[in-house]
Amino acid sequence: MSLLTTLARLQAVRSGHAEPLATVRHRHLGERPLVLVPLATAVEDGAPLAVLLGTDRTAPALHFVPQPLNRERRFEFLAALADELLPYLESFGTEVELVSGSELDPQTGEKLPITRELCADAPQLIVPNSGGVRHLALLGRATRFRRTAEDPDPGPYPAPPRVPLLGRWLTHLTERAQVPGSSLLLPMTGLLARHWATGQSHLEDQQLGAQLAWHAPPAGWTGPTGAAAAEFVETARDEHGQLHHPPAGPATDPRFDEKRLAPAIARYDAALTALRHAEGTAAAAAAQQALQRSVAALRERLLGVLLPTWHDVWQGLDLLRTLPPAPHVAERWESDRWSYTGHRDRVAAGEPPQPRLDDAVTAARKLALREREQVRLEVGEALDDPLAMAERRLAGEAFSGLVTEVVAAQDTSGKTAKPRPLLTVHTADRPHAEPGREVHRAGAPKSQKAEITAVDAAAGLLTLRLLNGMGRGKEPEPGSVPAVGDRVTFTLFELTPRQSAPLPEPDDTPWTHGGPPAAAQNSTATSEEWA
Amino acid sequence: MTSTVSLLDPTTTDPGAAADAAVAAILDATVRPAPGAPRGVVVDSPPGAGKSTLVVKAAQELVGAGERLMIVAQTNGQVDDLVDRLASKAPELTIGRLHSADARPAAEALRHPNVLAGAKVGELLGQSVVVSTAAKWQWVKEVEPWRHAIVDEAYQMRSDALLAVARLFERALFVGDPGQLDPFTVVGTEQWSGQSYDPSNSAVVTLLAHNPAIVPHRLPVSWRLPASAAPLISAAFYPYTPFRSGTGPGDRLLFPTLAPDGTPVDAAIDEAAESGWALLELPARHTVRTDPQAVATVAETVRRLLERRLVARSEQGRAPLTADRIAVGTAHRDQAAAVRAALAAAGVPVDGAAGPAVTVDTANRLQGREYDVTVVLHPLSGRPDATAFHLETGRLCVLASRHRHACIVVARGGIAELLDDHPATDPVQLGAAVRIPPGWPEEVGTRLIPLLERVGAQFPDGWEANHRVLQELAEHRVRFR
Repeated sequence: MSLLTTLARLQAVRSGHAEPLATVRHRHLGERPLVLVPLATAVEDGAPLAVLLGTDRTAPALHFVPQPLNRERRFEFLAALADELLPYLESFGTEVELVSGSELDPQTGEKLPITRELCADAPQLIVPNSGGVRHLALLGRATRFRRTAEDPDPGPYPAPPRVPLLGRWLTHLTERAQVPGSSLLLPMTGLLARHWATGQSHLEDQQLGAQLAWHAPPAGWTGPTGAAAAEFVETARDEHGQLHHPPAGPATDPRFDEKRLAPAIARYDAALTALRHAEGTAAAAAAQQALQRSVAALRERLLGVLLPTWHDVWQGLDLLRTLPPAPHVAERWESDRWSYTGHRDRVAAGEPPQPRLDDAVTAARKLALREREQVRLEVGEALDDPLAMAERRLAGEAFSGLVTEVVAAQDTSGKTAKPRPLLTVHTADRPHAEPGREVHRAGAPKSQKAEITAVDAAAGLLTLRLLNGMGRGKEPEPGSVPAVGDRVTFTLFELTPRQSAPLPEPDDTPWTHGGPPAAAQNSTATSEEWA
Repeated sequence: MTSTVSLLDPTTTDPGAAADAAVAAILDATVRPAPGAPRGVVVDSPPGAGKSTLVVKAAQELVGAGERLMIVAQTNGQVDDLVDRLASKAPELTIGRLHSADARPAAEALRHPNVLAGAKVGELLGQSVVVSTAAKWQWVKEVEPWRHAIVDEAYQMRSDALLAVARLFERALFVGDPGQLDPFTVVGTEQWSGQSYDPSNSAVVTLLAHNPAIVPHRLPVSWRLPASAAPLISAAFYPYTPFRSGTGPGDRLLFPTLAPDGTPVDAAIDEAAESGWALLELPARHTVRTDPQAVATVAETVRRLLERRLVARSEQGRAPLTADRIAVGTAHRDQAAAVRAALAAAGVPVDGAAGPAVTVDTANRLQGREYDVTVVLHPLSGRPDATAFHLETGRLCVLASRHRHACIVVARGGIAELLDDHPATDPVQLGAAVRIPPGWPEEVGTRLIPLLERVGAQFPDGWEANHRVLQELAEHRVRFR
């Protein structure tokens, strides 16, 4: 945790209110995000219980599994979820813009111009917390290899037709969520924690309601925001022993499971058995009604624990929309659009689902992408947000100050003289800067490097020689060199991430990594090792 | 194991003979591989066991046998050191120093007539040995693969870097210290943990998982660590590959020329000079990372080490303990900066460019370096918690194994209690690489071992290693009152 974050948390403890960590919003928020609150069953890891989802905060749709141990009910649930979610995900695939680029011809090595489609917008899923992301990943893993009745070999338990497709989309979204700065699938707790500090631990921040209690008093709480309000959210129970603010999932409160959920499921089971016995008799209609009543009772109880979280997520979105979007957000969202477009194309091309395990090359490529995006995100945030830059300045990785002197100088070692002006900057920052160190000017019209030539730490004076970004002439282009009195910021870190080194194709995996992956490893195995 | 030397009985075999036998076996396997032998040779080298000498010898023998050779190291500093060493120890080699366009190699590497530097590999193909960093090698394309490569500091290399450079060579000798800091990444990699090619693994771990026929060689003797340090470092950090010191008790001596002034700092210096270790303990307290009192104590210790004009006597002769033979090791960069500032204020030279100076750096940057005396700010000193970063075995191992004579650890009290309050809680990953120390099956029972292997238990465990070092240090404790 950085010094500034620690300070903000301490201030939040004192003020009882969340303190800003950012002056701008560092993640993309779409016009039509889909909020999705998943619940899991306690019996089995990743077994779905219910999902409340929708793009309209006044009209959420609830889907649930009335008997979580029944695989058929689970598939009915997944089919219903697919019917609800896939149209939303696919709706962004039709409107495209054409981007021209070039591609190397594999035979001749020539650059050939091509145009590629890029979807104009992309879907965005918001879940309450990182547990929600993990739960969706498990759902994706459990469904993307399922065979359907349309398969040549459907197997004894074919899944409804769109379920494997749902699994592939969920897998894509949860994989993309691992990329720093991506916004296709975001947990609300993480979004809020990036922009505001609370006076509680990171672990407590994982509970969405408790984190929001630092922004506004929770429902049913009359006191001020802060630690007491957060504790009220975490622990207060009604006269039936149920939490006023149920946890944001995917795990449910054990007391809810015991007192409310289990009896309702038992009644559903009993109604189902009664219906089976009554079939063909005069009591069948009554038994059918009893079954419907038991389903309605389950629906009501699940809605009771899901709706508070549903409203919390929308409240979080409201809070985030009060911040203006950071300039670099659009650039990162474009990467998300490429990611979405790429998956759309793979699905359309009939490619098989994502393999169960990455091969060595794919894993290395993903890691390289994530590391590059991490650097890009950190740099983008620092350039967009003085608070983010302040953290880097405090860490000695950047400095900001006023230009006190500019001396025109030239490098005459080459054929033509080049401008190399010397800048003296007065700063109160204490960068880890030694003479000879290369620094980069933040907010320059063009990217501009400089070299530190002298440091007077006691007086807070740094002398820099500008090295580029001043045009081709003998004299620097107007406006390319800061003037005396200008405020400038230089960073010790580079402002553009380095390109990742090329990796071999999976078929060229070297002997050190076991050679090319066997064909069997890539097949869409339907059985798991542990099954 | 090709080496037949018994390591369990250090008294009977001459350390020099044991080391020579190990080196001969490694060179044999590298230069004259048996038909059908695996394409890789792995050498585990404890601190100061002659790894660099081995690399020079292997390069000489391979070139002597008419081969051309590429060498992969991990940092530009390592490459420059290696080029300098190769060029001076093996003048018959022609060496190419491949560098990136924006980073000029160090002057020490370029001062030799047999060294040619270039940013394009095509300019260097005539050289018998071409050396560069893994990061630079990854970009080299359109060259015939070399028949032989040496990968230096292979345990610091990440698996994905090896994946990118392995196409450049047919066979390779991997040399490294398994006890040092593991490679790391700032993004999540849980997705691949437990898989043999987890890209954030060390290159050697991946290599061994995919090439089970490779049996690692090891260098059995540390020439750097004194007899007082080798047994502890071996037991705490290398439980499955024990080693010993090349020198015996009494071969390395350190005497202060000036008498102590009665302060705890001087008492600690005397204790370290006498026994090789000292723990200078400040009163227990939670502090900021750059604990001013601890920083001042570290600086004062260094100042008195110089002021008391110590003399170091070893198998290499007598030499005064000068500033360039002293290093200060810390866990964090800001701590190093604070110590450097405190030393500069006390008039101790810390700028290497202006003459002999004390080295002050973090564990990461001290890897592979050697000094006569080290002063270490304990990674857990003054902390309210023990995180995985601070418990990482490699960090403590690097800090505690840089010295030829003595190591003085400065710490707040209460570290043992802190450790007890923070047992390692990292989630256990199914299938993660595991190595069971020899002797363990007898100790814990054979039925437990498969279980440990399945859950990927980590040996050595950072928590246990920390306790072990602390236990030893407690016998050399000097307290501030």
